[in-house]
Amino acid sequence: MSGTPIVVIPGSAAPDAPAPATPRHLPNRGGPANPSADALKAKFAGAVQRVEVIWGETSVYVERLKLGEMVQWLHDDPSQRYDYLSDVTAVEYRDPEQPIEVVWHLRSLPYRRFLRLKVDLPLDGKTPLEVPSVWGVYKGADWMERECYDMFGIRFAGHPDLRRILMWEQYHEGFPLRKDFPLRGRFSRAEQLRQALAANPEARYSMEELTVAQAFEDLPEAMRKRLLGGERTGE
Amino acid sequence: MGLTARPSDNLARQDPSAGAGESWVATRLDFLVNWGRAGSLWPMPFGTACCAIEFMATAASRFDLARFGMERMSFSPRQADVLICAGRVPFKLAPVLRRIWQQMPQPKWCISMGACASSGGMFDNYAVVQGIDTIIPVDVYVPGCPPRPEGLLYGILMLQEKVKRERMSDTSLRNEMDPDPKSGLYIPAQAIDELSEPFGNSVHQTRSGL
Repeated sequence: MSGTPIVVIPGSAAPDAPAPATPRHLPNRGGPANPSADALKAKFAGAVQRVEVIWGETSVYVERLKLGEMVQWLHDDPSQRYDYLSDVTAVEYRDPEQPIEVVWHLRSLPYRRFLRLKVDLPLDGKTPLEVPSVWGVYKGADWMERECYDMFGIRFAGHPDLRRILMWEQYHEGFPLRKDFPLRGRFSRAEQLRQALAANPEARYSMEELTVAQAFEDLPEAMRKRLLGGERTGE
Repeated sequence: MGLTARPSDNLARQDPSAGAGESWVATRLDFLVNWGRAGSLWPMPFGTACCAIEFMATAASRFDLARFGMERMSFSPRQADVLICAGRVPFKLAPVLRRIWQQMPQPKWCISMGACASSGGMFDNYAVVQGIDTIIPVDVYVPGCPPRPEGLLYGILMLQEKVKRERMSDTSLRNEMDPDPKSGLYIPAQAIDELSEPFGNSVHQTRSGL
């Protein structure tokens, strides 16, 4: 091995990664944990609250403020290489004593590992509903964090553009996936409709923004040629 | 509004006594206009959900919407006659649907296809408009979840029937309705609240917190 440089192809398995296998006879609770959980415990002593293995998948409960640092390490460290963030979401339980959990699903393509990170946010009124954003590590977190903010009202510190994504931006009934949010919303149907019709999407998304002119340089060569030849853009 | 009785004397008449080689036809002007309109409706498909799949099946070769003069889908509302709203409409789309309707020139009609477009369907929740008739006027409701193509075709035939019964002397159907400038609604707020009252099992599942 020594002397021959290891060529890393993004997304390909590391030489020492286990062969892909379909897991069988998984226990509901317990079983071998993802080795990254122990590595996290060793590296960030005290920041890991507990580790659970459910159906063969490892969940690591971590400190709220340490999360950004840990994700950065999991992404960068050559023994971890979690290069894919597949989801950011949150869970609220019906039991009001139980905290809201913010969940990150990380995947290491080189080592064929899956790791679930969780942060507990107690609903005691003292803990702010705020966690660090991982946008600096994974650009794909952008819209997932916006969705999580839109539905649960959890703020992601460090997100460059944290505003609603599914509901319109003037929406102010609350956060629909929270348990204290009534299924039909808080306002009457007529009031909801009135507010929706008054939203005026054109106020933010102008026709000028939607023209092809600004994106001209990014267009494929063939399309640029056609447009230069005078073809209409369909405005 | 509503349908007037179908005029009995709608048939074009040919006078056989006018001599060989020469003949004349007499008919009512609005019969001719309505006949032309009913046979060349251009739909503007506003497909948002699974109903749009069924709508595509209706337009495809097996059911062949073109048999009824709807060969061309008009994806621009400015050249369209019928807005076919196929699928649920979330509140975020309400101003879009309203704008599309306002962009269509008169004469125009609207078909609400499927349970969701007509009443919100099973989506009795915070995000979905409880019937597009709270946003725009609707001529024909097609029930179903989603309706079969035969159902949509039947709705279209009903619309053609409605078109054929319009009289030029009565322009009330072609008057553009202006929404209330304060609320932006066509119909009174109380009516909307009453229409979208929950019914059946869904009474028990809301506004109670946990």
